[in-house]
Amino acid sequence: MKYIATIGLETHVQLKTRTKMFCSCLLRTGDEPNTNVCPVCMGYPGALPVMNRQAVKFTVMAGMALGCDIPRRSAFDRKNYFYPDMAKDYQISQNGAPLCIGGGVEIALPDGSPKFVRINHIHLEEDAAKINHYARHSGIDFNRGGTPLMEIVGEPDLSSADETIAYLEALKELLVYVGVSDCNLEEGNMRSDVNISVRPEGQSALGTKVEIKNMNTFKGIHAAIEYEVARQIDLLNHGGAVVQETRRWDGELGETQSMRGKENAHDYRYFPEPDLVPVELDEETIAEWRAEVPELPRARRARMMSEYGLPEYDAGVIAADKACADFFEKAARAAAPVPGKTVSNWFMTEVLRLVGEGGGDISSCALAPEALAELLRLLDAGTINGPTAKELLPELFEKGGMPKAIVDARGLGQVSDASALQSLVDAAVAANPKSVADFKAGKKAAAGFFVGQVMKASKGKADPKLVGRLVAETLSKL
Amino acid sequence: MSSEGFDVQYVARLAHLELGKDEASRFSGQLGDILKYMEKLRQLDVDGVEPTMHGHGRTNAFREDVPVQSVDQDLFLSNAPERTGDEYRLPKIVEDA
Repeated sequence: MKYIATIGLETHVQLKTRTKMFCSCLLRTGDEPNTNVCPVCMGYPGALPVMNRQAVKFTVMAGMALGCDIPRRSAFDRKNYFYPDMAKDYQISQNGAPLCIGGGVEIALPDGSPKFVRINHIHLEEDAAKINHYARHSGIDFNRGGTPLMEIVGEPDLSSADETIAYLEALKELLVYVGVSDCNLEEGNMRSDVNISVRPEGQSALGTKVEIKNMNTFKGIHAAIEYEVARQIDLLNHGGAVVQETRRWDGELGETQSMRGKENAHDYRYFPEPDLVPVELDEETIAEWRAEVPELPRARRARMMSEYGLPEYDAGVIAADKACADFFEKAARAAAPVPGKTVSNWFMTEVLRLVGEGGGDISSCALAPEALAELLRLLDAGTINGPTAKELLPELFEKGGMPKAIVDARGLGQVSDASALQSLVDAAVAANPKSVADFKAGKKAAAGFFVGQVMKASKGKADPKLVGRLVAETLSKL
Repeated sequence: MSSEGFDVQYVARLAHLELGKDEASRFSGQLGDILKYMEKLRQLDVDGVEPTMHGHGRTNAFREDVPVQSVDQDLFLSNAPERTGDEYRLPKIVEDA
């Protein structure tokens, strides 16, 4: 029998605020444990939470980028459970009135056709503390406790591991673009609970679902879905039934395992958080925040193709990263009338190679977009030649500065003076009678040898095209 | 949840409370009265009334995203039942929530 898989995700995303959700403790990974803590994020009785406006703004901006409706009123609730990672025994979350409702993202199916994956809602809550496990005990670090955490609750619109990863990649690209999260998977900035069920083809009712908790790598999520779908189909094919339960993924064993003894875990006894007043957003605030949502990658790709005449591939590579796209556009505008495609060629092959070798990112290098533009204008105008431009770029990348000043100071300008170059050609011909004889005997490649000699004699500054023409003319007259 | 179907032991379990028989029946009666009162409220006609989100009339009590120096680490850890290094020590936990 053929089965159809149904997959839905709840994705937790840590927001890129400077401080925690409900207190002013600093958010910074890598600090000594339990140093960025206070009575609020440690859950001391009587400590009162105060909402971080930036976290509300980031969540609403994410919702705007994902096409959600933004209700004018929103409120917080208490979700009650006992676990050592949440010292006050409840998590402040949103149950009844989340910040964002509806929306979704478009993904590309393997055949290239688009699919819209719906989002049910996005709510804002606080992250739990981090529990570290050791041989004989466990330890709690409350530095992470209280990090603003946005939960994106997706509809069960996904039907394979590949689609799920495409959805997560689309989410990640958007959220990084909007600038609300770094979405660093290794640091746990983006963690998903994955709900999976299977049903026989032709049956409309969904099968019994299983939830796999707290997955942070795309590779792990992909493997867990493939495993779990196969496990459920195998169960049904052998007359068994899927039990509704929470399972965990064991990456080392490559299997999902039942987490027993949590049958009461879903009765969280939500009730309105009395310590926080509701959020009410007026039209002015919403318009102001909407104006801060940048142009999104898909729209930007299309515009870059038409505005700069870039091929789809170039536009795709450059638009995928906001910092790269911002750099490229600044450079391309400053470089005019140099064509966008020329800027893109230099950017993708030379600049991105230097970025890759340096191990940093485009925004932290010393090269200014205006410097790249000036370099390409000098090249386009024939002031410098290609090899000189290629030689200057790493220096600009490392140390900054503007190329024209360097070219003038060091006399790197291309020699395009035909009479000066002609004397170099004549000298090369006079010094190499054997190559002249080769040329006369029909070895046309010998011309290239003379071009090389002249370039060398000019210390690389000669206009190679002009040298080629002069060599050809000189040799033909012999 | 109606007052008849109210299971005081289930709620006590969720709250990690152990109730003796006497307590169970006493609290069952008291909480049942509260639920009856809620049922009374349900008789009110609230058509067209926007749900109240909070008893207080205020909204938007925000703070700006500016860090403030945290309290001394040792002071907090001195309140821990047990500590190991810079962490609060727990019995070994096998599964994460």
